[in-house]
Amino acid sequence: MENAFGLIYTGDASMQLRELTFSRSVAAVPFGGRYRAIDFMLSDLVNTGIYNVGVIAQKNYHSLMDHLESGKEWDLHRKRDGLFVLPPFVTHDNTGAYRGTVDAIRSCLGYIRRSQQKYVVLMGSHTIYNTTYNEMLRAHIGSGADITIMYNREPDYDMNEQFDDLRLKLDEDGRVVDLALNPARPETELCSCDAFVMEKSLLEYLVEDAFAHARYDFMNDVLIPHVKDLNIRGWEYKGYVARLNSLNAFYRHNMALLDKAISRELFSHEHPIYTKIKDEFPARYVGEGSAVNSMIADGCIIEGRVENSILFRGVHVAPGAVVRNSIIMQASDIGEGSVLDHMILDKAVSVGARRTLSGHGSYPVILRKGSKV
Amino acid sequence: MPKKKIIAMLLAGGQGSRLGVLTKSMAKPAVPFGGKYRIIDFPLSNCVNSDIDTVGVLTQYEPLALNAYLGSGQPWDLDRMNGGVFVLPPYVSGSQGQWYSGTANAIYQNIPFIDQYEPEYVLILSGDHIYKMDYAKMLDFHIEKKADATIAVLTVPMEEASRFGIMNTDDEGRIVEFEEKPPVPKSNKASMGIYIFNWKILRPYLVADEADERSSHDFGKNIIPNLIGAGARLFAYNFSGYWKDVGTLKSLWEANMDLLGSKPEFRIADKEWRIYSKSPAMPPHYLSMDSNVKNSVVSEGCVVYGEVKNSVLFTGVHVDKGAKIIDSIVMPNAVIGEGATVTRAIIGEGAVVKAGAFVGAEKRPEDGEYDTKLTGDITLVANTVTVPEGKRVPVGMIVQ
Repeated sequence: MENAFGLIYTGDASMQLRELTFSRSVAAVPFGGRYRAIDFMLSDLVNTGIYNVGVIAQKNYHSLMDHLESGKEWDLHRKRDGLFVLPPFVTHDNTGAYRGTVDAIRSCLGYIRRSQQKYVVLMGSHTIYNTTYNEMLRAHIGSGADITIMYNREPDYDMNEQFDDLRLKLDEDGRVVDLALNPARPETELCSCDAFVMEKSLLEYLVEDAFAHARYDFMNDVLIPHVKDLNIRGWEYKGYVARLNSLNAFYRHNMALLDKAISRELFSHEHPIYTKIKDEFPARYVGEGSAVNSMIADGCIIEGRVENSILFRGVHVAPGAVVRNSIIMQASDIGEGSVLDHMILDKAVSVGARRTLSGHGSYPVILRKGSKV
Repeated sequence: MPKKKIIAMLLAGGQGSRLGVLTKSMAKPAVPFGGKYRIIDFPLSNCVNSDIDTVGVLTQYEPLALNAYLGSGQPWDLDRMNGGVFVLPPYVSGSQGQWYSGTANAIYQNIPFIDQYEPEYVLILSGDHIYKMDYAKMLDFHIEKKADATIAVLTVPMEEASRFGIMNTDDEGRIVEFEEKPPVPKSNKASMGIYIFNWKILRPYLVADEADERSSHDFGKNIIPNLIGAGARLFAYNFSGYWKDVGTLKSLWEANMDLLGSKPEFRIADKEWRIYSKSPAMPPHYLSMDSNVKNSVVSEGCVVYGEVKNSVLFTGVHVDKGAKIIDSIVMPNAVIGEGATVTRAIIGEGAVVKAGAFVGAEKRPEDGEYDTKLTGDITLVANTVTVPEGKRVPVGMIVQ
């Protein structure tokens, strides 16, 4: 057990995720055949030994609540601590709509105060990786830092996908000397992984202080102005990081799972990723049905051909249908003889017989949840 | 404790010795089935889907795997405030203690457990069968017939009837005679080992049977004939649908094969009647560019680089390049090495078939004589065993 609790902010959706986040928060975006983004944050915390987790819900949080339930799938259904979903609420000094991360954190100061752990791991919900925070916590305590930011190296970063892109400049000691949010020309390849460790008392102070000065954004209004007077340090994460900051990135990071090394890292045996169980029968290959270089979840029935694709739970590919380079979400149905290439099908999309749908590697086409073609 | 209308008692103590080394370190109900399930998932899911929320699981033989698997009962929604799943091993009371000496004795020893709930009815199940059944309908039938006991029966082909316990009934469905494996059967209604009793009626029979030193304390041999002899109202409840005793290696293999094809003999994927199981938290399976998977069931966590035909791969199975798996079932976390071949075989949990090995190879004179009584033409590699590189394992052999 670590002397820390987790606080996950789920309101951080990039507009460039387009239809994916029309009806859900980025935390609830499906990823990797059977998961949602938040499964990684929750599993990382639980695998660290952190069993007190607050999830700040903002808008469109119905599908998130539906997914989390009591938290039992992550072993967070506890008498002491456990999972706390913190939806927005209206009080005399709170309108229920947050003006920014500071506002959102401030609205759950009650939860933060009641939490008995000394440290907090504050996280966003669009940055996916598989790690534990034990080492980072040790480093934070050992260095005497006020705030420790987890970062990784992002040399080839697509500026068109820029979202919450916090760049760090460090001195030789690992202390942050400059922070830049969404810079036009990044001067460093060190990029925040959206995870911050600090004492909870400092978080309480910073949030109250920013709010009192009508500042509402955690990065712009809290971190950046305090670079000089607080000891902010960086902690490098060397593993694979998937930032869901655009539809293209979403497509690319899902497809990256077809790379054995990457999928081994994100789904390591020691640190399993937990998710809601659906009790589907295993996937069935029937008749001439076949698949290559693909990731296919339980409940799928494959009667056609699948290549270089990710199929979520309960997808049906009818005889003669071909699915290539595509991401097909839960319970979608591809009709007989249809051909799909570079497509993203959101949940429960139904494609009739003999349709041809095609996007391009540089611009995958998405069909909204429940669409019928 | 609040009263229950009905509770279930699941007899899970059987060794399942005909499953050979597969049950060396686990009771038969814990044996994996159908890619991601274990045999006990079927009666447990049937209970939950039939609105039975209190299940006693009677264990005796190698209970560790089963206990660990059941846990709090959460995967089956049986972690309840009032009721739930209970593991009931034999215990010592005062200076006395004994193993469960028969099916009836096992229930007898747990009379205090049942009495807590003051149930009107007790459903007795075994953990040996694969089937989907609505016990609530059977209970409706039991109540409608004003029966003292109801036994679920399956119509079997007449020529096979002498392998089963056979119920001879009158026109109304009332059981007039029970014959265990009759040489010349009078009927083809075979007992499925599923009973509903009025608890008030069964209880004194269990007590009396326990006192009878000549009794073998068995439901089929003692309790049922005694009830019939005393003129009790016993009815046969006809079940139609898939039901398979997976007590032999051959039947276990066949029942897994029944899951294949576009219209499988047994359809587990049923949204109205889900079969629940404990999830191992693994990612979706991955088929590589060179893989060739046809007509098979593949579970989460599998990674396939080779060829898989007409087979069932359980969770976390690894099939290396050039390996061939045909007409086989490969249990959780087994590894099939590069270029290895597996045909008509059962590969146990965590077993490793090293590169170039051939499991289920044609028998040659130099293989000598070995016992195939349990296996027939199925080849078996026991749990966690390693088949060395390039090793030939001929048809029907057991590697342990």
